[in-house]
Amino acid sequence: MSKVTELTINGRRTSVKVEPDVPLLSVLRDYLDLTGTKYGCGEGRCGACSVMIDGQLTRSCVTPVAKAADKNITTIEGLAKDGKLTPIQEAFIKADAMQCAFCTSGMIMAASALLNRNARPSREEIVSFMNRNVCRCGVYQRIVEAIQMASNTGSAEE
Amino acid sequence: MTDDHDDRISIEPERYELLAGPGYNFNLDRRDFIKTFGLGILFIVPTARSHAQQREQEESGRGFGNNLPQEISAWIHIDEAGKVTVLTGKVEFGQNARTSLTQAVADELHVPISSIQLVMGDTDVVPFDMGTFGSRTTPTMAPQLRRAAAAAREMLIAMAAEQLQLPSNDLRLVDARFVNHDKSKTLTLAEVARGRKLVKVIPENISITPPANWTIAGTSVTKVNAVDLVTGRHRYTSDLKRAGLLYGKIVRPATLNAVLRSANTKPAEAIPGVKVVVDGNFVGVAAPDPQTAIKAANAVVVDWQSTTQPSNAELFELLRKPASGGAGRGRGSRPQGSIADGLAAADKKLESTYTVEYIAHAPLEPRAAVAEWTGDKLTVWTGTQRPFGVRGELAEALHISEDKIRVIVPDTGSGYGGKHTGGCAIEAARLARAAGKPVKLVWTRAEEFNWAYFRPAGVIDIKSGVKADGTITAWEFYNYNSGSAGIQIKYDIPNTDIQFHQSNSPLRQGSYRGLAATANHFARECHMDELANAVKMDSLEFRLKNIKDQRLRAVLEAATKAFGWGKTKAANDRGFGLSCGFEKGSYVATCAEIAIERDAKNRKNSQVRVVRVVEAFECGAVVNPLHLKNQIEGAIVQAAGGALFEAIQFENGKILNGRFADYRLPRFGDTPAIEVVLVDRKDLPSEGAGETPIVGLAPAVGNAIFNATGLRLRSLPLTPKGIPPQARF
Repeated sequence: MSKVTELTINGRRTSVKVEPDVPLLSVLRDYLDLTGTKYGCGEGRCGACSVMIDGQLTRSCVTPVAKAADKNITTIEGLAKDGKLTPIQEAFIKADAMQCAFCTSGMIMAASALLNRNARPSREEIVSFMNRNVCRCGVYQRIVEAIQMASNTGSAEE
Repeated sequence: MTDDHDDRISIEPERYELLAGPGYNFNLDRRDFIKTFGLGILFIVPTARSHAQQREQEESGRGFGNNLPQEISAWIHIDEAGKVTVLTGKVEFGQNARTSLTQAVADELHVPISSIQLVMGDTDVVPFDMGTFGSRTTPTMAPQLRRAAAAAREMLIAMAAEQLQLPSNDLRLVDARFVNHDKSKTLTLAEVARGRKLVKVIPENISITPPANWTIAGTSVTKVNAVDLVTGRHRYTSDLKRAGLLYGKIVRPATLNAVLRSANTKPAEAIPGVKVVVDGNFVGVAAPDPQTAIKAANAVVVDWQSTTQPSNAELFELLRKPASGGAGRGRGSRPQGSIADGLAAADKKLESTYTVEYIAHAPLEPRAAVAEWTGDKLTVWTGTQRPFGVRGELAEALHISEDKIRVIVPDTGSGYGGKHTGGCAIEAARLARAAGKPVKLVWTRAEEFNWAYFRPAGVIDIKSGVKADGTITAWEFYNYNSGSAGIQIKYDIPNTDIQFHQSNSPLRQGSYRGLAATANHFARECHMDELANAVKMDSLEFRLKNIKDQRLRAVLEAATKAFGWGKTKAANDRGFGLSCGFEKGSYVATCAEIAIERDAKNRKNSQVRVVRVVEAFECGAVVNPLHLKNQIEGAIVQAAGGALFEAIQFENGKILNGRFADYRLPRFGDTPAIEVVLVDRKDLPSEGAGETPIVGLAPAVGNAIFNATGLRLRSLPLTPKGIPPQARF
């Protein structure tokens, strides 16, 4: 049965009327038109759908919307404030850490989560944390570089 | 050697795609152009393609043969605000054509990057284009846009001169401004374009700026739309919304090639808002939201007739059988010399067989389409590498004429040769027509694995002979099914017989980045090491002895120098390997270092890891060093998957590993330290670089595994289940 779920997304309160087991990813994309978060596999294996829920990196494709109720959800659209990119977004551009960029939202969310918990991750820590995200274009080396670049300029989120 | 070969097999854009011609030529109706573009000036590069050639191609019914598409048109429009719009049928899939083509126009027109906007792959407003594949954008579209921009620049200068009442030779166009010799008189592009309604056809024989004089091309310009990509603002096809949009879902059979016996649609149609379509073998639904679409698709009661189909176990035996309809003759180069004589002259003779499995493109954005009918006119947004080809497919499938169809390709979440066909677009259009509302269809990951197509599997047999001094005397190379791309050699061998045989593929197969060049390079470059080993020669020394081609030698020398080849021996549990090759006009040499990662408890779980790769690459004049390096690095990572572990498992009409949990893709942890060495040849025309960098890794890794373990692995993937027990380590 459809049910009204209250959500806080990128600091804004909103509500949707869907069945509680609808994936958060579908709610974001199909009901709220926040399409920066991507569908890549639907199995929680590629990370294209990564968002943060109360600061925790989460696979929105395998997360029922009910689990996100009344929590703070951050999506890629919520990172830049007043058009000012975060250091990790800047670093992705500088390092050319993308090709088709379909994985980029998820990569940036994962990288932001990593930098929030560890401002100066080692290369090994970056590889191990990011290993759950897939870039089929294979720009991993540049993503590592972008994360290192951002870790030297400041935290991922203001 | 090249003179004696049939070029037909060395140029193979897409053997597996049946490419119909455009069916008509653009009629340059000026009123239409003005209607589309509004005021300003439009510059058109006319196409000069013989109809006879086109017809011949259509009738032959198989790809291009040696007739690469000549029809490469380009338009440049300058509006009243001085904004430059470039119209091209090429599409952006992550290969950075949007940026590199912008650079070409900026360079030639003398305007900044920021004043240029590219409209790509929209069949209603861009000139016809065969498609974005075969690494053709840089060698063919970029020069064509340069010609348009160069001619436009001169025509604009003449117009500005007239406006200022100055002689043309007193004006230059600098940074989008016309200035005279002492800068006392200036005009902007906008001031020249204002109030005009002009369509100018570019004359032939326009000279373009040689690479040595490039100012914007040849530099590391960052992605022109990067901000949209890091903020999630860019809308891929799967992100599009239309008013009243419905969500589509296709009802798929449990096995490939199944035939529909019956479908009971009543339970699904009972769900409010649901439209069900059964048409031949097609069963699909459209619903107001994605969840209802899934429910409705599950509610259709379908009965499919399955047939017995082959499995992995019989694959290579099956591929050796000639294709039905074909006589089993090999296509390819005319034999040169005599293999028998060559073998008789050899001190060592070798015979080896190499195999490659089917692999999946697995583009991170699955196939997607949004279809919308307005009266009898259809618009489809879809991520395809062939917008005009898909328009043709839609026309054929829906029995409407092409001029009623508009295909628009938003910049897409990659393809690697996997998005040539219009299946998803046709499905969405069929549902939208029935529903009377726009329909979005996004394939699931499982659908991608099951209902798209794969890189061809193949078998390659090689017979060869070598003298004790390292001179290769005989080269017999038969490829079954995987294709003829990259089958030709730059080794100087007096006796050669190189053939490609078509087979009946048990799975649907098609284009893939580099296509058969990966298989052919894998077999050839591994075999070269086997020959070197047979006469106890170093891999590099052996190649240099048999290769005269200067461009190939140059990349070999560049890669081995940067790698430190021959300086040290690999450490324990490490191995070095190299390979070299050429394809689609580009030259590549790859050195790899691998490590055996031992599992102390269970030797069977020991793995090969690629730890370091140096790749030297030469594709003529480099257009954008940053993006070229990125392409090469990405190709190496993608190559690592096919080299070590990617393979489609199938059995009796079922794909057994069709999801990311079961089909392993290269990840951060699989990525070696990659060093790219660019050999920039400003004296040579630029060639494409999206594909060829992928071909070198597999053989380099195979050779490195031999170096580390003494075990010669001749099948791709090399170590899908870890290191085989016979390895000496």
